[in-house]
Amino acid sequence: MSQPGVTRRQAFERRQKRRSVLIALTSTVIVIGLVVALVPQTPGWYKVKRSFFNGEVFNDTFSKLLSAFVKDIQIFLWCAPCILIWGMTLAVCRSVRTPALFPLRLFATAYTDIFRGIPVILTILLVGFGIPGLGLSRPWNSPYLWGSVALVLAYSSYVAEVFRAGIESVHESQRAGARSLGLSSGQTLQFVILPQAVRRVIPPLMNDFVSLQKDVALISLIGPIEILRQAGIDKSKYANFTPYVGAAIIFLLLTIPETRFVDHLMTRERRRTSGTAVR
Amino acid sequence: MSTERTVKISLQDVRKSFGARHVLNGINLDIKPSEVIAFIGSSGSGKSTLLRCINLLETIDDGAILLDGIDISEPGLNPDPYRRRIGMVFQNFNLFPHMTVLENIALAPRKVLGQSKKEADDHARELIDRLGLSDRADGYPDQLSGGQQQRVAIARSLAMNPEVMLLDEITSALDPELVGEVLDVVRELKSNGMTMLLATHEMGFAREISDRVCFLHQGQVLECAPPAEFFSQPQHERTQQFLQRVTDAGRL
Ligand SMILES: Nc1ncnc2c1ncn2[C@@H]1O[C@H](COP(=O)(O)OP(=O)(O)OP(=O)(O)O)[C@@H](O)[C@H]1O
Ligand SMILES: [Mg+2]
Repeated sequence: MSQPGVTRRQAFERRQKRRSVLIALTSTVIVIGLVVALVPQTPGWYKVKRSFFNGEVFNDTFSKLLSAFVKDIQIFLWCAPCILIWGMTLAVCRSVRTPALFPLRLFATAYTDIFRGIPVILTILLVGFGIPGLGLSRPWNSPYLWGSVALVLAYSSYVAEVFRAGIESVHESQRAGARSLGLSSGQTLQFVILPQAVRRVIPPLMNDFVSLQKDVALISLIGPIEILRQAGIDKSKYANFTPYVGAAIIFLLLTIPETRFVDHLMTRERRRTSGTAVR
Repeated sequence: MSTERTVKISLQDVRKSFGARHVLNGINLDIKPSEVIAFIGSSGSGKSTLLRCINLLETIDDGAILLDGIDISEPGLNPDPYRRRIGMVFQNFNLFPHMTVLENIALAPRKVLGQSKKEADDHARELIDRLGLSDRADGYPDQLSGGQQQRVAIARSLAMNPEVMLLDEITSALDPELVGEVLDVVRELKSNGMTMLLATHEMGFAREISDRVCFLHQGQVLECAPPAEFFSQPQHERTQQFLQRVTDAGRL
């Protein structure tokens, strides 16, 4: 029954794969078919189509949205490293065990509690309107600056929690192994605990950064013209919601490849360090 | 003065409890330089705990642990300088999964002893060859067999050139053939004059390698004697019972 050059296992796996691809394809086709067939039957479809999926408006506004999106990417790019560094610092502060450093731990705990408890949008509004309201002069009253600061404040508390979970997930015996060799607690953290912790938290961390990518748009509330604001302006100009759909598409074009890429990295890392995968 | 020359490690009334459970109840023992001590005793008798205390991984509640006459168990003392003189091999290996075999072994010499990468790697490769792992130097711990992992763990401790080795059931995860290989390593260490404290359930191993066998029971060293004596004429009733049970289980 087995084909030449194919082991029984390979033949089996091929059959399995063919079957699951078939099932996935069929179900997708059925669902899409239903949507395409049924949605146009609804009474409001014509109007929705005109105001959300208007090709003309889309063509007119898309390029402007794209260039406004550059601003979002810039904000993201300078916030992300700050968040990583500050979040890691907080996580390390929360994980120290020396009694003498207790105040540090208390501070880090209070910080994460506070900023995780406030909706990002409120942090942005409070920091973004509050601090420039102090009457600061030219470069120091920029909404970009304080909007970014607000994002860093809020997101570093999430990222700190993710890192801390990672640090705590590394088994105590790893610490024992390292300390028994004479590594100091700092060296143990640096060479043994953190590398393992960071590897483990890359997927949840990526989720946070995909969220950040989206939440950058909230800065529009305190002034900067980035993609969401641009879409709002175009919406009013054309009296049409299509720019929002355009903005959504632009976000997806970035966030989907991002998550795929991280998945790929994770799989590669797993293959490299471990034996065979358990099914 | 003279104690410094004749006693490598001195355990003086060492006590340790976890909450209400008293694990070590006043351990007294002097270990001479180059002496090999085997701790035996039923599971849960505190062998691992004792070794971890000597390595300062656990703080002791009372008593003292002396290394070359220095009280290393003093509260508030920085343990790192003493730890690097005492190597420990764990029951569960505790290798670093994100590093290759070579990196596992070379890490501490580089970071703690300040060796250059080349120096540390060369020494690590030497150890790897000596322990018969030449083809696995660039593998990761999860890709190795238990016996191979155990030998990496031994090599990792040896890389620090310790004066004392603490070996916690290093043969418990190995098949008989590999036990032989690890035994060879331990034998070689012994012939080089390494002071060793080992916890084991393998009476054959204890008999063959140790200068003294110590029986741990209810947190105390009940009996301590050269193996020939220990196994043929155990003094204590408890020791006799324990050995009887071991014999019945076919592990002698
Ligand atoms: N961190 C800990 N917290 C609480 N109890 C502990 C801890 N470590 C060890 N114990 C307890 O101390 C006792 C001695 O444990 P230990 O691991 O030293 O025994 P052992 O002689 O090495 O046993 P085995 O031969 O099974 O390895 C056990 O009852 C164990 O449950
Ligand atoms: Mg044990």
